[in-house]
Amino acid sequence: MAKKKTIRTIPQERTPMAEQPAEERKRNFSEVACGYTLERAQREAERCLLCPDQPCVRGCPVSIDIPNFIQKITEKNYHGAYDVITNTNLLAAVCGRVCPQETQCEGVCTVGDSLEPVAIGRLERFIGDLAIAEGWSNIPYIEPNRLRIGVVGSGPAGMACAADMAKAGCDVTVYEAFHEAGGVLKYGIPEFRLPNAVVDAEIGKLIKLGIKFECNTLVGRLFTIEQMITEMGYDAVFIGTGAGYPSFMGIPGESLNGVLSANELLTRCNLMHASDFPKHDTPLQLGRRVAVIGAGNTAMDAMRVSLRLGAEQVHCIYRRTKAEAPARAEEIHHAEQEGIEFHWLTSPVELLDDGKRGVRGMRCLRMELGEPDDSGRRRPVPVKGSEFEFECETVVYAIGTNANPILGQTSKLKLNKRGYIDTDENLATSIMGVFAGGDIVTGAATVIEAMGAGRKAARSMKRYLGLRDTDVVYRPERTDSENTLFGIDLGERNYARLHEVRL
Amino acid sequence: MRPSEGISESNPGYEIVARQDFSDTTFLLEFRHPMMARAAKAGQFVIVMSNELGERIPLTIADFDRGRGTITLVIQAVGKTTREMQQDCRVGSRLHAVVGPMGIPSHIGTSKKVICVGGGLGVAPIYPQARAHKASGAYVIGVLGFRNKALMFWEDKFRACCDELIVCTDDGSAGIKGLVTAGIAQALEKHADIDEVVAIGPPVMMKGCAAATRERGIKTVVSLNPVMVDGTGMCGGCRVKVGEDVLFACVDGPDFDGHQVDFDDLMYRLKRYVPSEQVALQRWQESCAIRSDAAVGKA
Repeated sequence: MAKKKTIRTIPQERTPMAEQPAEERKRNFSEVACGYTLERAQREAERCLLCPDQPCVRGCPVSIDIPNFIQKITEKNYHGAYDVITNTNLLAAVCGRVCPQETQCEGVCTVGDSLEPVAIGRLERFIGDLAIAEGWSNIPYIEPNRLRIGVVGSGPAGMACAADMAKAGCDVTVYEAFHEAGGVLKYGIPEFRLPNAVVDAEIGKLIKLGIKFECNTLVGRLFTIEQMITEMGYDAVFIGTGAGYPSFMGIPGESLNGVLSANELLTRCNLMHASDFPKHDTPLQLGRRVAVIGAGNTAMDAMRVSLRLGAEQVHCIYRRTKAEAPARAEEIHHAEQEGIEFHWLTSPVELLDDGKRGVRGMRCLRMELGEPDDSGRRRPVPVKGSEFEFECETVVYAIGTNANPILGQTSKLKLNKRGYIDTDENLATSIMGVFAGGDIVTGAATVIEAMGAGRKAARSMKRYLGLRDTDVVYRPERTDSENTLFGIDLGERNYARLHEVRL
Repeated sequence: MRPSEGISESNPGYEIVARQDFSDTTFLLEFRHPMMARAAKAGQFVIVMSNELGERIPLTIADFDRGRGTITLVIQAVGKTTREMQQDCRVGSRLHAVVGPMGIPSHIGTSKKVICVGGGLGVAPIYPQARAHKASGAYVIGVLGFRNKALMFWEDKFRACCDELIVCTDDGSAGIKGLVTAGIAQALEKHADIDEVVAIGPPVMMKGCAAATRERGIKTVVSLNPVMVDGTGMCGGCRVKVGEDVLFACVDGPDFDGHQVDFDDLMYRLKRYVPSEQVALQRWQESCAIRSDAAVGKA
């Protein structure tokens, strides 16, 4: 038995992850963070105290058994670690990259009370990437139950719900309006943060689970939610369409050419490959100087994409301070490293015409922080007489989104005041058998929160359909003698453990 | 339907079942999509991506045939994408991606006497509207504008669903000489009880139609076709000024009150990507020239 670890015996420093140098990476679309090597993953896994309290599991929206998978890494049982993660999360390579761990698992890590917390996200990514490289896919034996599930939207909420329902034995079809599946993971999050190949690999696993993906399908218009239940024979439907309708401020000059939403910029670049124009037909004309309004994760992505597309200067315009910025600290840090110029406490009041219907700049006001508002953040108030002009040729809006209206226009689904789908605490909508989750219910949130909602909806759906919690049994994969412990095959052990967990 | 690239290939695209060339630049494509043909209504559009490297372009549905399970598009070859489609799309070939029907269907059934105006590339998409108004029991006057007689198409289809048809040509080679606004004026002169005018065509034409009816306060509906990417309300590229509001043509339209639309703004916004479009077109034409030189060389 290994000696019990204490805060003094574990490696004190968090194991760094290799990154492309800022000067180099800001002109290419390759991934910024290169991932852990085997050695580094081992070292970082040693930092987990395996504390009995396990705050990290509670901090995870999908309750991954984090200490268990980390322990498997220390035992060099990487496939075992993968099994633990996939018990609750099929998209390890995605979540390891894009979850805001600092406010979730890592934010409550016991080690973090005195040292830097265990790099749980990096370890999850390490396992996810290894699984893709090794072709592990953990296809459980599933007994079909003849129930049919329709999922609207192939983003993180839809994928998570689809995976759980497929594992329960249902026949699942996922509908996507774009020509490629993946939702925000494809069109939104840029290649240098989450390569499309990783998303495709994860979707490939879902296809192996028997899930069908139907692209080019705009639900609501090609057929309605009601038709899915009444005519198409779906026993239950999950709606995870995301939010999406981008906001503008309503200041003069917003219709000038050269003004666009972050969604448009990111979709043109990430999904339509505008970075590879004219080989790909979709263009994206950016000026020499790009100003992005907003300081959330989407704004950071838009800025860093602009830089990689060749913009000489990229500016972030935000009316509050860095402390209130909604983006992850790591994203702001990366953006700063790459030379993005931040203009805190600055609010645009007008976009200026260059005389040819393009943008020549923006007029801004300096702000100062006043009393806290409803969100608890201090409200920015304009400083009198502080107007100034700022030169730029492209203005990108990344100030949030409103509810997409299509399902409201085409179904009797009850919506709330803000136009999002109204659900009860079990994510059931006003239509029997129809559930909803993710941004279309809550407004813009994170990938993992959407996945959590998808899984929660799947639980409700199973109750609604009268499905008992299904017994997922992974087929033992390795039977060679090296992988035995006290004569018990590790694959067998794996088999037994899952039985134990599930029964 | 086509799942994500490189994943599973259950459907290789949407098969083209008919093609007809109306002129050097205008051609018709009919593709098979029974589900879309069942769902489509007058006034809606589709987004087409003709090949894997292509752009997503919005095209208003020109016809749908529920019996045959097909959707018809009429396309004008003006830029790189549409010229490439003119060259590559053949009966039996496939469109990489088509999504639709999109947009709010036109409001049909309340107007008793309607003028349906189509000019240039708007002639085809006004057809389902004329047919739907006729089917709802309205008296339908069609006004079609072409540059000259040689460019005319679908006169028989319009005659079959219009109570009156006024053809306008720039040079007078068919029908009356003049723009569609001359046709509208003629119809308005004859009928004092027009409830609605529906106009589809280039923005400048729709602007003229809206101006022609503004004084008499006749309800005028126009169908807008700005630059789009997704067509589902997600990118906001298609935003248009309508009265005091900024609306997205893809999910709030594509039909809007012609008297409220800021057409000048629309025309400027349609030019957003002109520099890139020129680069793409030039590069494509060069590559075509190289290919045809090579073909000549071989021969």
